[in-house]
Amino acid sequence: MRLKRPSIPYIAWMLVFTLVPIVLILYYSFTDRSGQLSLEAFSKAFGYTDVFLRSLWIAFISTLICLVLAYPVAYFMSRQKKSVQNFLTMLIMIPMWMNFLLRIYAWVTLLQNNGPIDTMLSFLGIHTQLLGNQNAVILGMVYEYLPFMVLPLYTVMSKIDFRLIEAASDLGANRIGVMRKVVFPLSIPGIISGITMVLVPSASTFLVAQYLGGTNDIMIGDVIDKIFWSDNHTGSAIALVLMAAIFIFLIILNLFGDEEAIAE
Amino acid sequence: MKKLGKIYTALIMFFMYMPIIVLIIFSFNDGKTTVWKGFTLNWYRDLFKDEQIIGALWNTLAIAIIASVIATVIGTMAAIGINNFKGKKRLLIQNASNIEILSPDIVTGVSLMLMFTIAGVAFHFQMGFWTVLLAHITFCTPYVVLSVLPRIRHMDYSLYEAALDLGCNQWQAFRKVVIHELMPGIFTGFLMSFTYSLDDFVITYFTRGATFQTLSVQIYTMTHQRISPKINALSALMFVAVIILMLIINIKDRREEKEQEQKVRI
Repeated sequence: MRLKRPSIPYIAWMLVFTLVPIVLILYYSFTDRSGQLSLEAFSKAFGYTDVFLRSLWIAFISTLICLVLAYPVAYFMSRQKKSVQNFLTMLIMIPMWMNFLLRIYAWVTLLQNNGPIDTMLSFLGIHTQLLGNQNAVILGMVYEYLPFMVLPLYTVMSKIDFRLIEAASDLGANRIGVMRKVVFPLSIPGIISGITMVLVPSASTFLVAQYLGGTNDIMIGDVIDKIFWSDNHTGSAIALVLMAAIFIFLIILNLFGDEEAIAE
Repeated sequence: MKKLGKIYTALIMFFMYMPIIVLIIFSFNDGKTTVWKGFTLNWYRDLFKDEQIIGALWNTLAIAIIASVIATVIGTMAAIGINNFKGKKRLLIQNASNIEILSPDIVTGVSLMLMFTIAGVAFHFQMGFWTVLLAHITFCTPYVVLSVLPRIRHMDYSLYEAALDLGCNQWQAFRKVVIHELMPGIFTGFLMSFTYSLDDFVITYFTRGATFQTLSVQIYTMTHQRISPKINALSALMFVAVIILMLIINIKDRREEKEQEQKVRI
């Protein structure tokens, strides 16, 4: 029972199926087709800087909207009876487990020309193109990842001792004061893990923009997908930059979180 | 204020469910567009007749079951072993394990594809069932480790020692005490693996090769062409399947909670 040996299969597995692929991505990023050391892949990858930045921007906006939408829901959930909490958690999780392409496709159906929403809007005399723009992409992202924001927020908030809130209001804090001075600081770990869980997949997603956006809205994930089949080297370089950007962001985010914890 | 919270939460739930419900309604529509033309079950009939979809469903289930069982075994063993590492080594292993969880799916997908392509040329095989299975075990195992590790940390070692003192051999003590104590964590890890494997599209898409089909890849093909309302029927069925799965898990959680309460009372 005190043995380290049982972990050997997993360590071996990680070496083969996690480490080797990462080393390969590194190798392909820094070589050209003839296998020579070269930065050609990166210089080609830089051609996609605008797509890269746009992806980060869309991911950032989507994450922010998710946070704003999810925060009150999570708070509301955490203040219910245990049985109601369980039921609401289940309601939040069910859409999360539907296949993500089906959920995006549902929005294609809803937003298409002569679709349900378009028809309703035309009754009101509004005629617009709902699909094929950046707003539709952001809507799709928010829909896709909202549960991933609600759940960590709720988990943290449900652990907040209710007596703290009562004490704060007994001591004269108004509702806004209670939120700002008690609930918000205590929910920061939930905010951080929620941001992580939404930002990472939304920055790297592919197909969402292809389904809901126009031709100019493709994201970096779509570029990796398209390029990889023909040019492993440039594809690897973009994937490497994306992964590096995400890890740097996560490290900064966690430093920020730790400092908050220390400050308390 | 309370009322406002209720209305707001209801609105968010409406936002979450409305698209799915619309799809389900159109799955009964006797027409190919989003104009209601009367009730039909034809799309469901077509769906069950579609051999490609049924084949893809079996592939998906086979991959999910095999991958999650293997991931659960490797992951549980790993968690037991990792728990006995100390300091930097332990941190290194745990971080390595988390890399798989934190790195974007698309990066995991393309990097595995790169490796399988090169290995395929070297050892003369093509991507397909086996490469998808290996990829799924790779991304499922860290979740098992993650859900079993905290259980081990809180486990009472004296129980294991007591079992040995009372005449169990090591294997019996391990099976009857350790596995029993870790079971909730193991089960959670298994369920997470199973659902992530069922749901995965991105990693499967890159490691499946030319011909191997799973349900998510099939959905990709269907939604890309955007023609058949069979997709709606499939969505409806998957929605029902998810709800059933959720109910099972919920019942299991409740039971566990009750057991915990009883333990506390004793």
